[in-house]
Amino acid sequence: MATVTAEFWDTFAAMLGSPLMQRALLIAVLVGTAAPVIGTYLVQRRLALLGDGIGHVALTGVAMGWLAGAGAGSASVEAWAVPGAVVASIAGALLIEYVREKGTSSADVALALLFYGGIAGGVILIGLAGGTSANLTGYLFGSISTVDELDVWLTAGLAALILGVGLGLRPALFALCHDEEFARASGLPVRALNIIVAITAALTVAISMRVVGVLLVSALMIVPVAVAQLLAASFRRTMGVAMGLGGTVCVVGLSITYFHPLSPGATITMLSIGLYAVLAVTRPLIRPSTRHRKPHRGATISPRPAERTVDHAYHPAPHSTHGPPDEQ
Amino acid sequence: MNSPTTAVLVEDLSVDLGTGPILDGIDLQVPDGRALALLGANGSGKTTLVKALIGLVPPASGRVSLYGTEVSARRAVPWSRIGYVPQRVNTSPPMAATAEEVVLSGLLTGRRLRPGPGSRGRVRDALAEVGLADRAGESVHLFSGGQQQRVLIARALIRKPDLLIIDEPLSGIDRASKLALAASLQRLRSAGTTIIVVLHELAELGPLIDRAVTLDQGRVIQDGAPPSAPSDDPGHHHPDTLQGAFIHRHPVPDLRARWRL
Repeated sequence: MATVTAEFWDTFAAMLGSPLMQRALLIAVLVGTAAPVIGTYLVQRRLALLGDGIGHVALTGVAMGWLAGAGAGSASVEAWAVPGAVVASIAGALLIEYVREKGTSSADVALALLFYGGIAGGVILIGLAGGTSANLTGYLFGSISTVDELDVWLTAGLAALILGVGLGLRPALFALCHDEEFARASGLPVRALNIIVAITAALTVAISMRVVGVLLVSALMIVPVAVAQLLAASFRRTMGVAMGLGGTVCVVGLSITYFHPLSPGATITMLSIGLYAVLAVTRPLIRPSTRHRKPHRGATISPRPAERTVDHAYHPAPHSTHGPPDEQ
Repeated sequence: MNSPTTAVLVEDLSVDLGTGPILDGIDLQVPDGRALALLGANGSGKTTLVKALIGLVPPASGRVSLYGTEVSARRAVPWSRIGYVPQRVNTSPPMAATAEEVVLSGLLTGRRLRPGPGSRGRVRDALAEVGLADRAGESVHLFSGGQQQRVLIARALIRKPDLLIIDEPLSGIDRASKLALAASLQRLRSAGTTIIVVLHELAELGPLIDRAVTLDQGRVIQDGAPPSAPSDDPGHHHPDTLQGAFIHRHPVPDLRARWRL
């Protein structure tokens, strides 16, 4: 037993000492923390699968980056992959947002064409650019073990941008998610905010791609939020818990793959989903109070007591709410 | 006509959302400080009219101005003077959001994307106004229908609006909440707030309304003093008794308003 433990710590120390794993872990923390920020907005806007769609389109971007890199005679065509993905993701996200806003009945078919065109186009273009199926697998399922210093800087910059937008605009984006009509009736720039969400989601996809691959990017954005919703009562806490969970599962999942040769993206995703399953089952046992609250408070369920409490509770304050508006 | 004391000016407004005209040549002027009820049956166009007032529905023709600014010029509209209370907010999936977070969003406008300093105190005051001061940190989707509506009213009141637009506030809430709402609106009205309220029938809000506009099939069919009702002063009610709950419902004027075509 002691030797097994010693072996574990040796391997653990070797992992932390490896520059490759240091870079990979840094990227995992950045992406794991940033992705759920935008995921929180997407879940509330019922756009949980938006990241998935953008991911499909991003593959074509990667391939176009490869072609552009090969055309420009660049030594490393890989270096053009993420910028290519950024451009294609933003274009895809704006297109999806446009289709969503128009809200026509054929919108879902239009989106399907876009998504499958994105994957098929990416596969064909990577083949044309001389890529192998190993390259392709790297983008489909993640290739965090091949990240270099440039990737770290690129990821750090984009993660800072995503966090800045997602946290800085939280009140306005919350208003948009909670009640778009009210946001509009308050004069909020609803369309601009929607476009900001779409672009930030695209950037999130582009940086998450290296960690979990285009097929699983949405999992990093959505699953931690689903877990957080089981635990948090407020929007702010949902986002905070999701960020913490995202960063943790990315680091733990990546570390597991250092000990066992598993796919990092798949391991991280299964870890998050496993966490969701465990909490969904155990939460009613741990916090039974949340179950009992509703009937107690809901006037529709027990009207008599609720009416009485309302009658006494709703005594408006005596001072006037009317006054000069403080902002005109 | 378009003087600063006109809160709302609607000129020959028509709305068509592709399924035939919903509003057809509406003219309406609401002077500042008045309380106006928009009455009509389901589908008469009253909710569409309030949505057109605040620019949520585009006009097919005609104009809507709020405090002298055309609503179509969105950025120029003084949004902070206008409070809108929708009938209800359906978040699907149910959203983890506290009453405080929801009310806080009422402080935002096109020019202010983050609530300023002191906003927490204002949230507390607004929630106290609707009797929910001690529920600020609780998740709204666990509230009853009436309590959720009070949160939405607090969200509109927090910006201290000069014009309050409320869509069907009496539907789906218990009688005690209706009377409390009437008292709250009465106080706002006494303080000079312009109120536009969409209603099926005047009911508990009758005493504070000084003008009733009835819509039918997208047109104004009646505009004037509210149908005269016997005193419906909430102070004389005994809502806790069966007699109090039923005897003060006034079906006759309500029916007249609805069916006198």
